[in-house]
Amino acid sequence: MAVATPPRSATQTAHSMTVRGLKPFYGKRLAVQALDLDVRPNQILALIGPSGCGKSTVLRCLNRMHELIPYAHAEGEVKLDDINIYAPGVDPTLVRRKIGMVFQLPIALRTRNIYENVAVGLRLGGVKNKAELDARVEKALRDANLWDEVKDKLELSGMALSGGQQQRLSIARTIAVEPDVILFDEPCSALDPISTLKIEELLLSLRQRYTIVIVTHNMQQAARISDRTAVFMVEKTDDIPIGVLVEEGPTEQIFSNPKDPRTEDYITGRVG
Amino acid sequence: MSLETNMLTYAQRSRIDKALRGCTIVATAIAIVPLVLIIAYVLIIGGGALNRDFFTQTYRPPVPVGVDPITGLPVEGMEEGDLFQVQARGGVLHGIVGTLMVTITALLFSLPIGVLAGIFLAEYPDTPLNTFIRFCSDVLSGAPSIVIGVVGFTLIVKQMGTYSGIAGAIALTFLMVPTIARTTEEILKLVPNAVREAAMAMGAPMWYSTLTVVVPTALTGIVTGALLAFARGAGETAPLLLTIQGNSNLSFNMFAPMAALPILTYKYIESPFPAENQLAWGTAFVLMMLVLGINLLVRATTARIKR
Repeated sequence: MAVATPPRSATQTAHSMTVRGLKPFYGKRLAVQALDLDVRPNQILALIGPSGCGKSTVLRCLNRMHELIPYAHAEGEVKLDDINIYAPGVDPTLVRRKIGMVFQLPIALRTRNIYENVAVGLRLGGVKNKAELDARVEKALRDANLWDEVKDKLELSGMALSGGQQQRLSIARTIAVEPDVILFDEPCSALDPISTLKIEELLLSLRQRYTIVIVTHNMQQAARISDRTAVFMVEKTDDIPIGVLVEEGPTEQIFSNPKDPRTEDYITGRVG
Repeated sequence: MSLETNMLTYAQRSRIDKALRGCTIVATAIAIVPLVLIIAYVLIIGGGALNRDFFTQTYRPPVPVGVDPITGLPVEGMEEGDLFQVQARGGVLHGIVGTLMVTITALLFSLPIGVLAGIFLAEYPDTPLNTFIRFCSDVLSGAPSIVIGVVGFTLIVKQMGTYSGIAGAIALTFLMVPTIARTTEEILKLVPNAVREAAMAMGAPMWYSTLTVVVPTALTGIVTGALLAFARGAGETAPLLLTIQGNSNLSFNMFAPMAALPILTYKYIESPFPAENQLAWGTAFVLMMLVLGINLLVRATTARIKR
C-alpha cells in the first residue's frame, strides 16, 4: 500500500525529531497519555485516529503551537535533532520558524497580497534585500506548484485564489523560510479531490528536502503518502476521554499486519 | 395509531401563521412610530430654524423690537403693540465649536486607551485581570451619564477650580472608552483563530501577529466602534453640564468653560423666548444629523468591506 520511496536528493538536509514522555494538557486535564515518538529524517509520518484522540494536539506540541490555546500547556521533551524545544530559555517563535505548520483551513492573510503572503515569513527572518525576497518568493511558489498559476497576479489579494490554491499558498509561505520540519494538520480535509491530489503530490516531492508530520482523517491518504504511521485512540477512564498512542510503525505494516487489535478494528472500520 | 388525530388542518395552520405574522407586524409598527415622530418633528421644526446666522453667529440676547437697547425706551414711530415682539437673533456657532473640540479631544484620549484595552480583552483572554476589566468596562458603559458628570466634577472641575472644556473631554472619555474597548474586543473575536495561528506558525511574535495581521483584518470594525463612540459622546448632555458648564460666547480655550450643542438644546428649549426655542430645535436637528450621518458612514464602510 505504501508508495515506493523515491530517490533522495544528494543535497538533502536531514532533520529528525524525538518525542519523549510528552504530556499535553488543557488546563489540568491530560489530553493524551505520555507518549514517545520518533520522526525520522526525510520521511512522512502520518498521525491517524478517530476524532478527539489527540492527534492534532500532539502535532501542535511539536512546534509549541499547543500552548497558544488559553490555559493549555505541555510537559515532557521534544527534540529537534538534539535540541529540546521545551528547554527553558528556548524562544517559541524561533522554534516555529524551524518547524513550520500548515493548517486544515487554507489561510490567505487578508491584509496582504499574494507576494506578501509568502514574503511575510522571510521579512520576519530579517530578509530585506528586494532581489533576494523576489527570488525566494518565486522559489517557494514554484516548490509549492503554484507559481504558474499566480505569477501574473502577485499583487492580488490572497483571498482571490481558490481553496486549493490558498492551501498551496499556505505551504509556499511555510517553505519560504526553509524550515527543518513541516507539520500538516489535515491539510486536505477542506479541499476537493483534485486539489487533494495536487497537495499529496506536493507532499511527496517536499519529502526529499523536508521531514514531514501529517495529521489526517483519511486512512487512504495516510496509506498513499506516508512512510510511517502512528495510530491514536480515545480511551475513557472514569468517563473522562483521553488520547492514547496505540501503535507506531512502517505504514505498510500498520495497514497490512497491525500488531494491536485496536488498530485493526480502526482501519477495518469497526470503530472510529 | 393514527398520525392525523392531533394534527391541525392546513387551513388552521395557515390562520395561526397569519395571526402570528400580524402580531409581529403590529409590534414592529408600534416600535417604529416614536422613531418616525422624533425624526419628523426634529426635521420639520428644527430644519426651519436653520439659516446662515445659525451657523455663523453666537448667542445674542433677545431684544424687543422697537426698543432702544441702551435706554430701554420705545424708538420713535413704534406702535405700543410692537414692543412685545421679540426678534430672533444669533446662532450656535459657539456650540458647534465647543462640541467639536470637546468630542474630538475625548476621541483622541479614548481611542488609544479603548483600542488597546480591546486588544488586551480579545487577545489575552487567559489572564485573571481580563475578567475584572471586562466587568468594569460593562459597568462603566451602563453607568448613568450624570454619575460620570459628578465624577468629572469632583475629580477635575473641583481640582482645577474652574469648569473647562478639557474636563468635559475627560468626562466623555470615561463614557467612550468602554464603548470602544468592547466593540474592538467583539470585532477582534470575529477574526478567525486560524488567522492568528497562521501568523504565529511562521514564527511571528505575538505583537507582530496582533498589529500587522489581526488588527488590520478588523480595522473597519474598530473604526466603526470609534465613530459610534464619537456620536454617542457628541450627544451627551449630563456629563458636560457638570464639567464644561456652557458658555454664551465663542471660546476656543479648552481650559475655560465652553459651550456644546446638547447643553444649548437643554438651555434654550426651556427658555421663555420663542426665538431661543427655535435655536434649541435647530441644535437638536444638527445633533440628529450628526448621528444620522455617522450611522450612514458606518453602513457605507461596512457595505464596502462586505463587497
